[in-house]
Amino acid sequence: MAQVRVEGLTKTYGGARALDAVSLSFPDGGFFGLLGPSGSGKTTLLRAIAGFVVPDAGRVFIGDAPVENVPVEAREIGMVFQNYALFPNMTVAQNVAFGLEVRKVAAAERARRVAEALELVQLGPFGARKTNELSGGQRQRVAMARAIVTRPRVLLLDEPLSALDKALRVDMQIELKRIQREVGITTIFVTHDQEEALTLSDRIGILKDGRLVRHGPPREVYDDPRDAFTARFLGEANLISGVPEAGGLRLPDGGLIAGARTATVAVRPENLRISLCEPQGPVRLRARLRQRIFAGAMGTCVLDWRGEALKAVGRDRDFADLPGEGEVWLTWDAGDTIALEG
Amino acid sequence: MTNRTLALLGRGYLGLILFFLYAPILVMAAMSFNASAFYQLPFSFSTEWYAKLWSNREILSAAGRSVWIACVVTVLATAAGTAASIALFRYDVPGKRVLQVLLFPPIAIPWLITGTAMLIFFFGIGIGRGTPAVIIGHVALALPYVIVVVTARLATFDATLEEAARSLGAGAWTVTMRVTVPWILPGIVAGGLFAFAVSFDQFVVSYFLSEPGDTTLPVLIYTSIRKGFTPEINAISTIIIAVSMGIMVLAARYSNFGGER
Repeated sequence: MAQVRVEGLTKTYGGARALDAVSLSFPDGGFFGLLGPSGSGKTTLLRAIAGFVVPDAGRVFIGDAPVENVPVEAREIGMVFQNYALFPNMTVAQNVAFGLEVRKVAAAERARRVAEALELVQLGPFGARKTNELSGGQRQRVAMARAIVTRPRVLLLDEPLSALDKALRVDMQIELKRIQREVGITTIFVTHDQEEALTLSDRIGILKDGRLVRHGPPREVYDDPRDAFTARFLGEANLISGVPEAGGLRLPDGGLIAGARTATVAVRPENLRISLCEPQGPVRLRARLRQRIFAGAMGTCVLDWRGEALKAVGRDRDFADLPGEGEVWLTWDAGDTIALEG
Repeated sequence: MTNRTLALLGRGYLGLILFFLYAPILVMAAMSFNASAFYQLPFSFSTEWYAKLWSNREILSAAGRSVWIACVVTVLATAAGTAASIALFRYDVPGKRVLQVLLFPPIAIPWLITGTAMLIFFFGIGIGRGTPAVIIGHVALALPYVIVVVTARLATFDATLEEAARSLGAGAWTVTMRVTVPWILPGIVAGGLFAFAVSFDQFVVSYFLSEPGDTTLPVLIYTSIRKGFTPEINAISTIIIAVSMGIMVLAARYSNFGGER
């Protein structure tokens, strides 16, 4: 277990910046989610920490030691790949034992630790199976057991759940979190699924075009995303722009968002309330309801405000009184206004 | 034309091809079991020529030499070819495409020309004629076959397996031996069988590079035919064909020649 740190990490692929001076600390024992759209550099960052990518500039520290000159096989990492990369010529137990065998761990000790690791991922009786006899979720668990059995200093997960279907993915998220808590290894994982990042991580980092735009605890980043990209990438956000003045943000339709000081603000869809009569309170917008979408427990209303599409999310029954379409009022608590820079 | 006639024509065509390919071989094999030394019919079964073969020291020693050379060539060409295939798969060496293209001329250039060129070259650098020259020549001819077969197998290999092994602490040698080679083993075996066949069946290059009186089996057969045809040649040729076809069937099994089963 160790803290991981990168400093000024830069990597260029034929003119395209995959990483642009990224500096970041991954706390010891934490679960850190790297999040970003495809091509944002998140996988490159993970692979640079693993040692598969040699950065053009910058440093990587595992523990207190710089590892730029340490090859992958000596970095004492555990890695789970998107396609799991289980060795097809070995059984489940042989897959898990591989890292211990390479480290010349004695046979008895090896067998004990393999059994322990398989128990941890709830695959105790599967040791003798061939890997092609396993389901996707089981393969994922084998990959996890194989990565942690060597007690690595850091565990790197590259989109570990993306190959699973939705229901299984949610189960595995809970599993993954439990396993990580039990072994306590510093874990860094890459995902493009924001919900997964929010569920699993103690801290998240958001990358865009090779640059780290924001990092911190998930709730903090969600509540105060600071810029439009983060606001929209992490959850959904309705962006509203106007001209700031003394009392607040003056909107083009004459309305005022009291207390706002920036030219653009965001409101989360779950914080928007829709009513048919004009609400009291300092913040209100006149908008047009375009569509109501039923999605089981929750419903979504698609609205149009001066050509901008806005979204409100709530329990479907809260929207029951609304017409299918027409003029409505929007309001939210002043505390839910998110100020955005730029 | 109806589909029926088309199908019939197709079958006839295939039959003709097989007939002209295999009829001479079958006749030869049959004659190797015929008692008459002058191909006289009626056919009377005899293993006389095979028995005579057994006491023909010249043929036996040439056969032994051929097998021995083919084994050495198989080991050398398979090892070098597999290593080259893995290197070409793993690393982006500059001029990789050119290198891959350069592997094919030995298959395309007429063996007569390759043989002449090798003879001149080996004399030029002082190796001259003899068994070492034959082995080097055969390895050079067999290498492209091994690389082509092993590379085809490597194309189905998932490179993240190597990354996974490295992340678990395995160095380059362990990764190769424990992860890569087990996957491409069928390709390596098929490549080795091809190398054996290329060497064992090789005539032109062996003829140019071997010293008189120290020849391989195909060269001996050729020189014997020039002196006069004997049914012994039929016998040894039948054995060679059986061995070669056996090897090719094995190679086809391992390399999935002719499609997936």
